[in-house]
Amino acid sequence: MGPTLDYLALAPELALVATLMAVLTADIVLPHAQKYWTAVLSVLGLTVTALPILFLLLSDEGTRTMLDGSYVVDDFALILKGLFVAAGYIVILMSVSYIESDRYYQGEYYFLLLASILGSVVMASARDLILLFVGLELVSGPLFLLAGWRKGDVKSNEASLKFYLLGVLSAAILLYGMSFLYGLTGTVDFDGIREVSAGLSDTPAFIMAVLFIMVGFAFKISAVPFHFWAPDTYEGAPTPVTAYMSVSSKAAGFVGMLIVTYVAVPGASNIWGPALWIMAALTMTVGNLTALRQTNIVRLLAYSSIAQAGFMLVPFAVAGVSSDPTAVASAFGATVTYIAIYTFMNLGAFAVVIAGARYTRSGDIDKWAGLATYQPGVALFGLIFFLSLAGIPPLAGWYAKLVMFSAAIGGGSVWTAVLAGIAAINAVIAFYYYARVVKAIWFDPVPDGHVAGKPEQSRSLQLALVITMLFVIAAGIYPPISAYFGDTVASIVGGG
Amino acid sequence: MELLDNGTVLSLITFLPLVGALVVGLIPRAQEEAYKWAALITALVVGVLSIVVAFVFDYGDSAKFQFGTDLSWIESIGSNFHIGVDGISLPMLVLSAVITILAIIYSWDHWEEPRNPKAFLILMLLLETGMNGTFVALDLILFFIFFELVLLPMYFMIGIWGDKTPRTIAMFNLTTETRLYASIKFFLFTLFGSAFMLLSFLGLYFNSGDAGARTFDIPKLIEMAPHLSALPIAGWLFAGMFLGFAVKVPMWPFHTWLPDAHTAAPTVGSVLLAAILLKLGSYGFIRIALPILPEQAMQWAPTIAILAVIGIIYGSLACLAQTDMKRLIAFSSVGHMGFVMLGISTMTEAGINAAIIGMVAHGVITGMLFFVAGSMHHRYHTRDMARLGGNATLMPKMGFILGFIAMASLGLPGLAGFWGEFMALLGAFRPAAGLPVGLFQTAMVIGAVGTVLTAGYLLWMLQKVNLGEPKDEWAGHEFHDVDRFEMAAWVPLLLATVAIGVYPRLVLGSTNGAVKELVSTILENLA
Repeated sequence: MGPTLDYLALAPELALVATLMAVLTADIVLPHAQKYWTAVLSVLGLTVTALPILFLLLSDEGTRTMLDGSYVVDDFALILKGLFVAAGYIVILMSVSYIESDRYYQGEYYFLLLASILGSVVMASARDLILLFVGLELVSGPLFLLAGWRKGDVKSNEASLKFYLLGVLSAAILLYGMSFLYGLTGTVDFDGIREVSAGLSDTPAFIMAVLFIMVGFAFKISAVPFHFWAPDTYEGAPTPVTAYMSVSSKAAGFVGMLIVTYVAVPGASNIWGPALWIMAALTMTVGNLTALRQTNIVRLLAYSSIAQAGFMLVPFAVAGVSSDPTAVASAFGATVTYIAIYTFMNLGAFAVVIAGARYTRSGDIDKWAGLATYQPGVALFGLIFFLSLAGIPPLAGWYAKLVMFSAAIGGGSVWTAVLAGIAAINAVIAFYYYARVVKAIWFDPVPDGHVAGKPEQSRSLQLALVITMLFVIAAGIYPPISAYFGDTVASIVGGG
Repeated sequence: MELLDNGTVLSLITFLPLVGALVVGLIPRAQEEAYKWAALITALVVGVLSIVVAFVFDYGDSAKFQFGTDLSWIESIGSNFHIGVDGISLPMLVLSAVITILAIIYSWDHWEEPRNPKAFLILMLLLETGMNGTFVALDLILFFIFFELVLLPMYFMIGIWGDKTPRTIAMFNLTTETRLYASIKFFLFTLFGSAFMLLSFLGLYFNSGDAGARTFDIPKLIEMAPHLSALPIAGWLFAGMFLGFAVKVPMWPFHTWLPDAHTAAPTVGSVLLAAILLKLGSYGFIRIALPILPEQAMQWAPTIAILAVIGIIYGSLACLAQTDMKRLIAFSSVGHMGFVMLGISTMTEAGINAAIIGMVAHGVITGMLFFVAGSMHHRYHTRDMARLGGNATLMPKMGFILGFIAMASLGLPGLAGFWGEFMALLGAFRPAAGLPVGLFQTAMVIGAVGTVLTAGYLLWMLQKVNLGEPKDEWAGHEFHDVDRFEMAAWVPLLLATVAIGVYPRLVLGSTNGAVKELVSTILENLA
């Protein structure tokens, strides 16, 4: 007799699997001119995937557990699954014309993207080391290929190779740490690890295990000093893939980190707390200072996404030092809220990069000068997303910053307050480089000899822009939308 | 009346400009008249509403927040849409609503390059939402949002319509256009302050009760003042707020963004910046910092007084070193805001009343000075005082108005500028019990010297610009004297200058009761 499966709880995963099989089949069957149907299928499949997620989220039936507690569908998992599917949806919309226009392998592209989304959806539910690892590698694996999608471009090859090598390295480190953890506790199940590890916090091997796992995740979220792959990979990869990497694969890394720290080894907060404090401070500061020097808009966004990861790490440091359960719960909620808001605003910013580059024909920020004079629409979108990233009210980014600061101040110790101060200074630095893009687009004159391209704007790209913009504005003016994420997931750590 | 209940009128005053901005945005670019009227009508409606509020306001109970509402907004952090006006915010609200109308009227025919009236009007209306919202907000998060909301329109005003002359920044060894340098400097300075201000707000929040019962509500936090003041971190909390507000005022030594921003901004931008935006900082001190953390306010008061008088003297001396007329007026703001802060630092009724009437007067007078400076620049195409001269001969009306308003600015009794300076010095003569009297009296003496210097630089400016013979280069030039749009925008300000000067109760009648209550609350909470 096999394990009992809850098919409703598994419906999103099953729908995704069905979709990616359908895409692969369609790709074989369809003649070349009709390959765009693979994109349509992907979008439809993701829509179908979203339905059971929404149903489960709204039905309020409580947690569904299977495979002896290894696979859990609770509010946390559902919220993140929803987020991953939404992000995937937007990325596909961004990809359509980009992939079509350059005669890439469309079918395979969507197949790989869907596989990566499937990995992240699995991860959100994984509550043991093995499933978590499998999920995480399913997120990364397809991206090794997607990063090198522009075969003729040396930079794309470099991007793919760097990402692959460091991805494998980080996987090895992660697995090494996990094997220690398993060896010490005798279980791969997070509930089991939590119970057994409570008495282990002084064991050197346990400390090493936790630190190795943190380093493994740090690669995935491109935290300093494990971030070196990110800017090169982001620059070389096709822009929609970069957008996906900077959002979903980063978020997947954070999901792993959240589950391991808060659920599996909360007792080891004296180990990961200080480590992540340092990492948060380094990541935001180095990310921001390096971003100041960038001249390419994609590289700028790469460093900005490193810095943003630093902000997302701040609440971890709080949870590490605080003994107050409500402060820990709000820290957990703060990271998830930040990720949710960041997902939409960063995807929006990348959509602007794709849309704008068609006119400027360059990723050089100087070449973007005066975009507002000949493309006010794209320029307005750019303004909205870049300022949202900078955290300027009333755009959604301000609320992300607020919950992050709020978690830090709520930690109530000197150390968290100092970290909040560092974050505050970083928020100001960050504004400078986001404003540089805004300045180029709005204040600077069109560079001499610039001939604006007159491409057809892709409908799907416009849709992606509008969806992300609506979220960024609505969630900024009416923050309960974003607060919902944080409040809903916080229950996972509320009970311990 | 329904309009006056449940915060309707204040919500309209705050958000109608936003609606107006959307309407202007939807009107096609070619229909210039249409969107100009749309903007003007929006501003007029808001102005009328604010005046209605001022008429219906119960002055007998001016310490009470009136016309307000308190709606749930971000439930999970206990932040509410809580708005209301009392005698302290009312004059600021009316000032903001009226100045916006005048700015739109003035703009009607004065568009600076690269023109684009539509975008400029949208920015002005967005700015009004931010300004009015800050003055009615009674929730720290709401206050923060509006406080930040004003940055963006002003950033764009300076960045797009600002001064295009190149400028070398020694520190970075970089040459760029003044507008670009000034706009980002303005934004970064304010953002730096407000980031720490936000941290302090959060610190207050987390100490306002147990989880679930915490609040950002300003009146509730004021009730908790004794508890909050006694916190070990209260000093840090005050420091964070001080940073946010002091940068905005700006107090010496955080003022360096101001001369650049003011000088680079287009005329209307300078007017709004001087008349309203600077007041957001001093208003924040009065509304938030002083009553919520009275003990820390007392501890910081001598420091604030010292920085204020340094600002007065420094601002005045810097004015004497200027060759650019607009930059001179900009530096004069540093001095005048020094008087406002000196008044606040005394923690007395006289001092805080002085600060508010000083804020209103500075808004009216310096706003007017920037209007005139802008109009003169428009005609002479230079702001270099060495090249100006004999303005009163070339343009008699303009010359008269400049002379008149300069007199008001130097604090001539009978005009609006007098009361703020005089009462601030009076407050410093007898500061609140517990403050070092010697230090404040010294500050008073230095401040008095500052009034002399103020008179000095303004008369010096008048002499260079208004009097004497016109320079040879203007021979044969035809100058249009004040036109009808300028007249329409300026006459209300000139009248207000006289009215407040001879009848200061216009402002003090509103503020006095509220300030009395504020000071007594502060003193009670100290004990």
